[in-house]
Amino acid sequence: MNSRKVFRIAWEGLTRNKVRSLLTMLGVIIGVAAVIIMVSVSAGTEATIAEQIQGLGTNLVFIQEGFSRMGPGEKQTGSGLTMEDAEAIKENITGVSGVVVEQNSSETVKYSGTSMDEVSILGTTVDFPEVRDMTIAEGRYFSQTELDRKTKVAVLGATLAEELFGDGTAVGQMITVGTVKMTVIGVMEEKGSTGGVDYNSNVFIPITVSFTKFNYDPFARMTGNRVRMIYVAVENEEDIEDTIYQIELLLAKRHDVSLDSLDFTATTQDDIIETQESTTAAFRSLLGWVAGVSLLVGGIGIMNIMLVSVTERTREIGIRQSVGATPSDIRWQFLTEALLLSLVGGLIGVASGIGGAKIFGALGDMRTVVSMSSVFIAFSSAAAVGVFFGYYPANKAAQLDPIEALRHE
Amino acid sequence: MTKKTIIKILDLTKIYGLGDIQVRALDNVNLTVTEGEFVAIMGPSGSGKSTLMNILGCLDRPTEGKYYLAGEDVSELDKVQLATIRNKKLGFIFQSYNLLPRVSALENVMLPLLYDSMQDISGEEQHDRALKSLEAVGLAERVQHQPHELSGGQSQRVAIARALVNEPVLILADEPTGNLDTKSSVEILSILTKLHGEGRTIVMVTHEDDIASFAQRIIRFRDGRIDYDKPNGHKPVHLYKKEVDHEL
Ligand SMILES: Nc1ncnc2c1ncn2[C@@H]1O[C@H](COP(=O)(O)OP(=O)(O)OP(=O)(O)O)[C@@H](O)[C@H]1O
Ligand SMILES: [Mg+2]
Repeated sequence: MNSRKVFRIAWEGLTRNKVRSLLTMLGVIIGVAAVIIMVSVSAGTEATIAEQIQGLGTNLVFIQEGFSRMGPGEKQTGSGLTMEDAEAIKENITGVSGVVVEQNSSETVKYSGTSMDEVSILGTTVDFPEVRDMTIAEGRYFSQTELDRKTKVAVLGATLAEELFGDGTAVGQMITVGTVKMTVIGVMEEKGSTGGVDYNSNVFIPITVSFTKFNYDPFARMTGNRVRMIYVAVENEEDIEDTIYQIELLLAKRHDVSLDSLDFTATTQDDIIETQESTTAAFRSLLGWVAGVSLLVGGIGIMNIMLVSVTERTREIGIRQSVGATPSDIRWQFLTEALLLSLVGGLIGVASGIGGAKIFGALGDMRTVVSMSSVFIAFSSAAAVGVFFGYYPANKAAQLDPIEALRHE
Repeated sequence: MTKKTIIKILDLTKIYGLGDIQVRALDNVNLTVTEGEFVAIMGPSGSGKSTLMNILGCLDRPTEGKYYLAGEDVSELDKVQLATIRNKKLGFIFQSYNLLPRVSALENVMLPLLYDSMQDISGEEQHDRALKSLEAVGLAERVQHQPHELSGGQSQRVAIARALVNEPVLILADEPTGNLDTKSSVEILSILTKLHGEGRTIVMVTHEDDIASFAQRIIRFRDGRIDYDKPNGHKPVHLYKKEVDHEL
């Protein structure tokens, strides 16, 4: 019998019972869609990380308060990271091209009639544009003198400047940040979001102003100039490990702690990416398992229904055998039915998987990237599932004895 | 001109059950049927009629003995070869019609052609041959009907059309009128008589003398053996004759 005839017989067998065929496919549809959506989620996460690598560069050292290297039972001593630590690094460590300290807060920003709520106010130091690879579009960034004197000056992100001033000039205008009046001295060049942070809507001010005017952190308030994180840009990427060691030595001495029990951690961008990547890898393999199991369940569903179908259609099989269908004709009929179920189910699954990934990406704040390879893998595993789980019922059908099959009610 | 031998069975035995309880459904049966014969097989229930028909129809194999169908030894063939013989040389009519449900009469009749792997008959030719077959049993008007839209008599006529469509050397009918009323039975018998008139070889099982009286030769079974085998001396029963005349 040629394949076209086999296909026709199988197709007619399935369309005679449309609802059941559809329900049978459901397992495969869900399985395939799950594979595609889950892979798209983890691919999206990876793409975000890739952007972080590009956005931040690999020459940064992050120093943050941390107790990760402290033994059990030990208590935090010292006063954490301070502005002075940052200044000490800048002065004493060689091969450092910039040190940045950041403090975040959120304020209402007003200019004449326009008022914007919850604008990110970023208190930083003068090296910020260089370390974060940002350029000034108009005016200038604040100077060390302005930082030391706590001058109330502000540099605006491109989007924010546009929203506040439209086409008019921003530089030289007075804005109100919270309750503090500040002079706009510069506007940043527009920059794509780095590491999920969009700097285009920020106000950049001297961190000293931030400490005195916008300091809501109770710890920081007590200590006055405590910071959460110090960014150090290294001139030469190869020297980064050596620089970290020097920083550790310096800060250990300043904090009066031993090298074995540092009260801070100094990590590189690579370390952070590595941690995140191992997290996504674990996430991805978990998702892979979940998706694989759902495909397996879909396959078992097909086998289950095919077995029921073979029993139900025993007489049909007997009739076909009586007019000359060979065991292989019968086997091919049921195998093709199973394959059609899984292929059509797979196609619907691919469509709903791609659609679902798009909807996920649009609704949630999760990023999704549909990869062709995941579509291909999901679809071909669906086909494999169909053949694998269809074979047993098909073989059972093929082995039926014609007389007994005909006698079956 | 000597006629061809269609069925030749030699010392045919069929034993069911391989355990302690063995049933000799057929016990040393010898039988020859030549081309163009219309044979009725009779006998009490359990005497082995269906067992014989299943072996003649290549649905089953004998335990012992030989079966030559149109000169070919089919008693030693495997499942695949038997399927091919059923497809090319045999037409089977069952008591319970055995049509595929939810499939039109036409497609039911086309079924044997679909499984003809030797010739790979085109869809168009399958269609034409099935249509001709349905015309031969007077069902040209009902080709698109599904089994549940047909009466018992009509269903059995579709089954006859299906048995004819592959131009078999032998038509086997196991109690073809067993589920039918008198009027439909007469219809079926008149078709079989017509086919016999055209030179076809028919073996039919029946319990009823009236039905058997349409055949040329009557073989009676008892306990798996041939009780007697003789030409039918009677003309078809008068009662039926009338109705047949009326119908035709
Ligand atoms: N598959 C089987 N397994 C065991 N015994 C069987 C089987 N098929 C038939 N038999 C036995 O073989 C004997 C002959 O059965 P068969 O069906 O040939 O009778 P029959 O003449 O067709 O009867 P009926 O007129 O009732 O149809 C019976 O005793 C029956 O019980
Ligand atoms: Mg019987």
